[in-house]
Amino acid sequence: MSGDLLSLTLRIWRQAGPDDRGGFRDYKLSGVSTHMSFLEMLDVLNEQLIESGEEPVAFDHDCREGICGTCSLMINGQAHGPDNATTTCQLHMRRFKDGDLIVIEPWRASAFPVIRDLVVNRSAFDRIVQAGGYVSVNTGNAPDGNAISVPGKTQEVAMDAAACIGCGACVAACKNASAMLFVAAKVSQMAVLPQGQPERGERVLNMVAQMDQEGFGHCTNTNECEAACPAEISVRNIARLNREFIRASLTTGS
Amino acid sequence: MVRVASETLNSRVPEGPVDQIWDKHRFNMKLVNPANKRKFSVIVVGTGLAGGAAAASLAELGYHVKSFCFQDSPRRAHSIAAQGGINAAKNYPNDGDSIWRLFYDTVKGGDYRAREANVYRLAQVSNSIIDQCVAQGVPFAREYGGTLANRSFGGAQVSRTFYCRGQTGQQLLLGAYQAMMRQVHLGKIEMYARREMLELVVVDGLARGIVVRNLATGKLETHTADAVVLCTGGYGNVYYLSTNAKGCNVTAAWRCHKRGAYFANPCYTQIHPTCIPVSGDYQSKLTLMSESLRNDGRVWVPKDPNEKRSASSIPEEDRDYYLERRYPSFGNLVPRDVASRASKERCDAGYGVGDTGLAVYLDFRDAIQRAGEDAIRKRYGNLFHMYEKITAENPYQVPMKIYPAVHYTMGGLWVDYNLMSNLPGLFVLGEANFSDHGANRLGASALMQGLSDGYFVIPYTIGDHLAKSALPPVPEDHPACLEAAQAAEGRLDKLLDIQGRRTVDSFHRELGGIIWDHCGMARNKDGLEKAIGQIRDLRDQFWKDVRVLGSGETLNQSLEKAGRVADFLEFGELMCVDALNREESCGGHFREEHQTPEGEAQRNDQDFSYVAAWEFTGVGKECTLHKEELKFPNVPPTTRSYK
Repeated sequence: MSGDLLSLTLRIWRQAGPDDRGGFRDYKLSGVSTHMSFLEMLDVLNEQLIESGEEPVAFDHDCREGICGTCSLMINGQAHGPDNATTTCQLHMRRFKDGDLIVIEPWRASAFPVIRDLVVNRSAFDRIVQAGGYVSVNTGNAPDGNAISVPGKTQEVAMDAAACIGCGACVAACKNASAMLFVAAKVSQMAVLPQGQPERGERVLNMVAQMDQEGFGHCTNTNECEAACPAEISVRNIARLNREFIRASLTTGS
Repeated sequence: MVRVASETLNSRVPEGPVDQIWDKHRFNMKLVNPANKRKFSVIVVGTGLAGGAAAASLAELGYHVKSFCFQDSPRRAHSIAAQGGINAAKNYPNDGDSIWRLFYDTVKGGDYRAREANVYRLAQVSNSIIDQCVAQGVPFAREYGGTLANRSFGGAQVSRTFYCRGQTGQQLLLGAYQAMMRQVHLGKIEMYARREMLELVVVDGLARGIVVRNLATGKLETHTADAVVLCTGGYGNVYYLSTNAKGCNVTAAWRCHKRGAYFANPCYTQIHPTCIPVSGDYQSKLTLMSESLRNDGRVWVPKDPNEKRSASSIPEEDRDYYLERRYPSFGNLVPRDVASRASKERCDAGYGVGDTGLAVYLDFRDAIQRAGEDAIRKRYGNLFHMYEKITAENPYQVPMKIYPAVHYTMGGLWVDYNLMSNLPGLFVLGEANFSDHGANRLGASALMQGLSDGYFVIPYTIGDHLAKSALPPVPEDHPACLEAAQAAEGRLDKLLDIQGRRTVDSFHRELGGIIWDHCGMARNKDGLEKAIGQIRDLRDQFWKDVRVLGSGETLNQSLEKAGRVADFLEFGELMCVDALNREESCGGHFREEHQTPEGEAQRNDQDFSYVAAWEFTGVGKECTLHKEELKFPNVPPTTRSYK
């Protein structure tokens, strides 16, 4: 069972190392089944490259089921490709046509420096979480789970925000390379939950400060982030982040 | 082929009634004074549920922690993909659950091949895990009144599973990851991402450090500590196709094994019944559809093997709901090994569906009619979406097609009651160890075990080791460190020098095919012996003919994969040796020669009620088997029936 077979031109960003200037290279690939996933298609390309003596294209990936946030390709100028609410690894070749040119690039942001080819360094996201994306509770300190009552609606809002997979598509899609949606998702989850209340003010101020320090851009409300987000995080969270920031700025003691 | 050691392994389980052991043990274990904890350093390898929870908890206690993961961030560990839920004995639904029942169900679910004391402890701390996660802000599903919701999972007749839609693993992992990040911020954890452990450093018989490769720069680094905690997950990728992430591997555990840590029960692999079927030769991994779906989905195949009608047009009387037929009391929620074999049986007999005939239906029609599409969407949301992305079929309208796939590995490095390997100073947590699930793991218990080990066991047991052991500082130029670094460097250079003709992936696929065929859902003596021969041949070919381009001084994914496949080519042989040695069927290990007339697993408690812990003596050499006898005073073994 192979589905239809496509012949494609893949225009891929190659960069030997962090200091290499890099550039696009074109590869022709035929016999691509429409049932293949995008990354399986790259696997096939890589096998052919290795067999012909050329080093394969390096790209980050892991779970290949849309949850770990590792895969991170700009495909024809769209973060994670043309489908809504889909990660790179969930994209399947039935989305493309025979003869298509597919341009494949890494996430572009100065806060995400390229390591090699399509692999970038997203440790900035970890540092933002380190600045406050948690509830400060040591192991062993917790009351009974049901002692903290969470209304159904609150739980849904928190869960929707918590679904962020930390992939950085929001940054890649944004013309300002802003990380507001990522920060907004974590701040929102914690701001609406009872567990997040004690540190609500410090959290948003510290995370936003770290976000700025990392060199992400400012938000100008283009909403490109929401359109690209594979976890369907809403820009309403950015609105909430802004409210939380103002609230904290006015009320958190220095 | 197998030499059996004369003394049985000592698990160091304390004396006493099983429900009091852990409490007494915590009193009896040596403590490290709070002010002294900062004098000790601990290395934690892996940042999944077990590793993340351990690193955070140990750092909170005051130990200096160095944490390592091969991914670009600790939050990428494959625990993140777990979908359906985490078990605990809270009994919120008031349906008869208790610590004892969770203990009982887990021992039975493991087909009486787990260590009772470890399993009891797991059940005992399960409630604290839920409390801790809630306190961290993990958004568990709630009822309208604000209390935690529950659902059912396989192998249990109570509703004891807590969940976050279809992404419980992600949310629990983020809870542990966030706790870790807090400690990084406080300077208590040194975090090293994009680092792969390639060697264990052993000094005077104690595990005292690791050698890692920086995957971004290629540089080898040596790190020393007072103890090493391995949380490196399972070995399902020995089959090439599994539900594991592509990076999951056995390397860290295998390195420890080659330095003396026994590997226990490698043949106990779990094949999950509901995964999306293979669609072609290029298939790179298999996608899990959570067991929680079997709460509402009904498994069936057409009664007619030549059925041509589309699924939706096949009426009830022409459908064979074979799990409900064969196992009336558990129905669709029989444990995974039972469900997987039942589906394989139907497909082998010619009743399978789909283009390959290697699929069965998982149908939500009745649940949607009963509860409405919105309710189903709310329970499973992202799972249905994921299915549609991959197959282009809409499971709200047509039944899902599913087939069993390799998912979890119950085997792992042997550990005692303190979760310490026979190699002192090496602790092993989570899926990387062998301990709690016996020959078959129940659904929603992996998450429970990882967090139990990381939050509530290692913080206590590591103190006992640190307080009792002489731990002189180990400088990075200690001969053991230099030797380990040289060994790692040597292997990398060798892989790069071969410059053969075949890609690493081609070897990996071939190995996966051999192991799936002969050490998969059903095994037999001839097949296993054949597989061992084939694996040896393939391994020889690999070391003569693998092609790894580029250098070791940059990011080089082929080199990374080559090292992992080289280790799988050795490990795979041990798996088959273990399967050959165990002449009975239990849990996920099904020997065709040992089955009941109805095709169910037939255990041999008389001769095989032991843990098979293997000692490394050399690649391809005769292994030494250490047996740990298992006794079941509290959950007497019965024929495991779900009828």
